[in-house]
Amino acid sequence: MLTAQNVAVARAGVMVLAGVSFSLNAGRALILRGPNGAGKTTLLRAVAGLQPISGGILTAVEDDIAYGAHSDGVKPTLTVAENLNFWAQIYGSDLAADAMTAMQLDPLATRRAGQLSAGQKRRLGLARILATGRKIWVLDEPTVSLDTASVALFGAAVQAHLNAGGAALIATHIDLGFAADVLDITPFRAGADTPVLSGQFDEAFL
Amino acid sequence: MRALLLRDLRLAFRAGGGFGLSLAFFLMVAVIVPLGVGPAPATLALIAAGVLWVGALLAALLSLDRIFALDYEDGSLDLLATSPLPLGGVVAMKALAHWLTTGLPLVAASPILAVLLNLPREGYVWLLVSLAIGTPALSIIGAFGASLTVGLKRGGLLLGLLVLPLYIPTLIFGAEVVKAGAAGAAIGTPLAALAAITAGAWAGLPLAAAMAIRANLR
Repeated sequence: MLTAQNVAVARAGVMVLAGVSFSLNAGRALILRGPNGAGKTTLLRAVAGLQPISGGILTAVEDDIAYGAHSDGVKPTLTVAENLNFWAQIYGSDLAADAMTAMQLDPLATRRAGQLSAGQKRRLGLARILATGRKIWVLDEPTVSLDTASVALFGAAVQAHLNAGGAALIATHIDLGFAADVLDITPFRAGADTPVLSGQFDEAFL
Repeated sequence: MRALLLRDLRLAFRAGGGFGLSLAFFLMVAVIVPLGVGPAPATLALIAAGVLWVGALLAALLSLDRIFALDYEDGSLDLLATSPLPLGGVVAMKALAHWLTTGLPLVAASPILAVLLNLPREGYVWLLVSLAIGTPALSIIGAFGASLTVGLKRGGLLLGLLVLPLYIPTLIFGAEVVKAGAAGAAIGTPLAALAAITAGAWAGLPLAAAMAIRANLR
């Protein structure tokens, strides 16, 4: 569903990763590992389409990626249900209610998102991914600020997604409790002196 | 798209959304100017059209940096950029929400403020018409400016410097419509020019703003 061949990515005019190759098939999960600053987020942003790649080939099933970033995009003055319904409508799916139940947010449905704890907010962010109904999940540190019960809940949700023929690309440091391939991106780190391959116009100003 | 428009309207009306801020500012300008230039009705009638349009410009400017900054800070902009919505459509919807919450109330309140500034009575309807046609341009040009400064810390001041010069054509033709209308002269040419600016801005700027946002999100 998603393949990377010899992909190179740059951020702020500096090459971060070069020569990354992997492939992700339906029903499989791929865990990205690497120390802080290794380029996990940059790679995920490139896969999500926010960051242009500077080399290699990245192919994916069209319009089937749901991206979950560090921040959840939760509006504090909207209720939990309003936040979730908004994203479900944007993606044209009717899975908001299922997603809310899967992440055990039903008791909080009418609460303003600004009053949620960090972990509850994170669960809302993950419920958003579920509500998109997309096949490939690209998640950046999804378990930050979750307690052990919520991590298990999230692990079960990912497992159900994989069983249903989905796929997941996840940057994380902890064991999520399901079978997954692991890709350590440390060897693909590009030195700071590696020349930037792309001719992106904005790089000239950095 | 409609979901995004409704969300932005809802956010504007909830606590801290800033609805009414621009309107209150517009009101303050209209109240303060007579105190500054003196209460002579003849003087006020002369400057009313210009003051009301400048007030509308500044009131619109006040709330521009909120268009994208809040969505950028909480990560929504990243998620909207990766969503199925075309980013140009996102920009257009957010500019429309901005106009509905700041421009439209201003249009509605303008005849009342025109009384404070002793605008000749014949000018009321043209003030209403020119603001109704001209203020949508202020919102979309402002959204373009906001897309250029999104992600900059304290980009609000830079935004003002970028956007105000772009507002000049709208200001000139908008004030001209009111002045000519109040004097009973022909308003066809400035009104057509004003409408052309608005239409052109809405046609081209959403795409330009979308490209600026993509570059800023990298």
